[in-house]
Amino acid sequence: MTPSMVILLTGVLCAVACSLLGTFLILRRMAMMTDAISHAILPGLVAGYVIAGGSNLLVGAAGAAGAAMLTVTLVEALRRTGRLDGGASIGIVFPAMFALGTVLVTRYFAGVHLDTDAILYGNIEFAFFERLYLGGHDLGPQSLWVMGGLVAGNLTFLLLFFKELKLTSFDAGLAAAMGFSPLVLHYTLMLVLSFTTVGAFTAVGAILVVALVIVAAATAYLLTERLIAMVAGSAAIGAGSAISGYWLAIRIDGSVAGAIVTMTGVCFGLALLFSPSSGLVSRARQHRQNRRRFTLDLLIAHLGSRERSGQPGSGATAAQLGAALRWPASQVRSTVARGIAEGMLTQAERGVRLSPTGRAAVDGMRRT
Amino acid sequence: MTATLAPTPTAPLAAAVSRPDERAAAVAVRGLTVAYRDTPVLWNIDLDIPAGTLTAIIGPNGAGKSTLLKALLGLVPVAAGTAEILGGSLAARRRRIGYVPQRGSVDWQFPTNALDVVTMGTYGRLGWIRRPGRAERARARQSLEQVGLADFADRQISQLSGGQQQRVFLARALAQDADLYIMDEPFAGVDAQTERAIIDLLQTLRNQGKTVVCVHHDLETAPAYFDWLVLLNVRAIAAGPFASTFTADHLRATYGGALTLLRHRVGSGALS
Repeated sequence: MTPSMVILLTGVLCAVACSLLGTFLILRRMAMMTDAISHAILPGLVAGYVIAGGSNLLVGAAGAAGAAMLTVTLVEALRRTGRLDGGASIGIVFPAMFALGTVLVTRYFAGVHLDTDAILYGNIEFAFFERLYLGGHDLGPQSLWVMGGLVAGNLTFLLLFFKELKLTSFDAGLAAAMGFSPLVLHYTLMLVLSFTTVGAFTAVGAILVVALVIVAAATAYLLTERLIAMVAGSAAIGAGSAISGYWLAIRIDGSVAGAIVTMTGVCFGLALLFSPSSGLVSRARQHRQNRRRFTLDLLIAHLGSRERSGQPGSGATAAQLGAALRWPASQVRSTVARGIAEGMLTQAERGVRLSPTGRAAVDGMRRT
Repeated sequence: MTATLAPTPTAPLAAAVSRPDERAAAVAVRGLTVAYRDTPVLWNIDLDIPAGTLTAIIGPNGAGKSTLLKALLGLVPVAAGTAEILGGSLAARRRRIGYVPQRGSVDWQFPTNALDVVTMGTYGRLGWIRRPGRAERARARQSLEQVGLADFADRQISQLSGGQQQRVFLARALAQDADLYIMDEPFAGVDAQTERAIIDLLQTLRNQGKTVVCVHHDLETAPAYFDWLVLLNVRAIAAGPFASTFTADHLRATYGGALTLLRHRVGSGALS
């Protein structure tokens, strides 16, 4: 496998692992927990480094997961005081954890070269060179094992507990009444998110991992009305962003992680504009169509009531219509033109009157 | 909740709590006290709701009506006291309780359709990990039919009207196949026609021998709808058969200062 294939595959697996979880974080309105966890794992990583006496994947991951769970517990405890909402609780806990990590790093590892760029932006570009060795055998790039494991683990988690996650996300009260503890599921989801964050963080860094978890899922949220489709769509958008992001990074010779996250943002922007159900464009079009429809309906209804009040056939001039409906002349002109084009109106001796089609439409309106 | 809370309930009020009916109790509460921080929301409640009744829990805002339901379901921490459900502990009876929370307690933008929400009613019976299959979906469809929403199975829930959303919740409770139904304001924000359909359904359940307990707000409609009454204002003011419990004295004891409102309601013939 070539180095570039390793980078591409690492990116795809990482994006899929992250975005699989995003759906439930968004629906539970706890998207920013990802940000909290990705920063709060720093003291855990340092503790792992101290305990293992050096860089060790498993010990580091365990330390980071421990720090993440501590963060989750503290946030939950603060929220439960009833004085702080979720956002404020997160805002208090994660900088404190990150600060603790920073202090630990400067106190104990002042001499060690610590690559802050790697922490902030990841080092997916070196994915090929970080190999996993077991008993002296080279098993290939470590990132593929880690990200592949995360995808498999997260998929298993979702498949096993899809029903429980759905129920606790939609209606925690009913879930609890049925005996599915929302708290147990909350902590399990947070644990899975912690491992995912720890794994993804080595590839794309502490800041960009949030985007991988949240943005693809938010994009899918705009495009579908089914939960299962949102989860699948989120993973697909994540994978697509990774592939197109890698291509973009090669084209512009820039950061791979940055380009991948940029592409998730592009996907979100496109969905926001062009989603058939909730996109800004389709909404604007719908709005305009409705307005046109209603003005024409209003016009023919007005002509209908004129006819009924004993002015049949003679027609109404633009000036009469404008005065009666209190419309500007331009609106009368364009609406009349549309009415003629749609066969609702015909020319009369003076102005316009209803065509047989238009009269039928008015009668239809009167019946409903 | 402006009443001062002496540690012991005053004698006349305690005496007003009715003796248990000879029928088996669907809900038996003893000395139940629930507090948020240092404020008791429910104080020393003793209560029996006989099986096979259609019961209204009535009281002013902040009386602890929803909290009482949540305490029965184990959703809020209980400071003191016990609640027995259908003659056993809550843990043993969970599967036999159907729950209709307040409609506003969930996010109706959630990406799902009516049938899927109703299918959630079958989750309790399935237990952990097992997924709903054909039988569960069939049960859900049947429940949707019972509430007159068969044609709305595939409708995204945000596109349902308030009354339809309320009926979806009701159908979900039906899919729980329960013996005791606990409902938090099932008539809130629905039109008269939907209200009629809902009460017909609840009365059908009662006639099948089920027990239905509702938080209810409308003193005008209550006498026509319910056959058992619990008047609550932090304490259990009175409980018993509807007609004999729905008295001006009890209502005054329950609503305290809101007497002008009461006089209007009593004057309009709400009281039998």
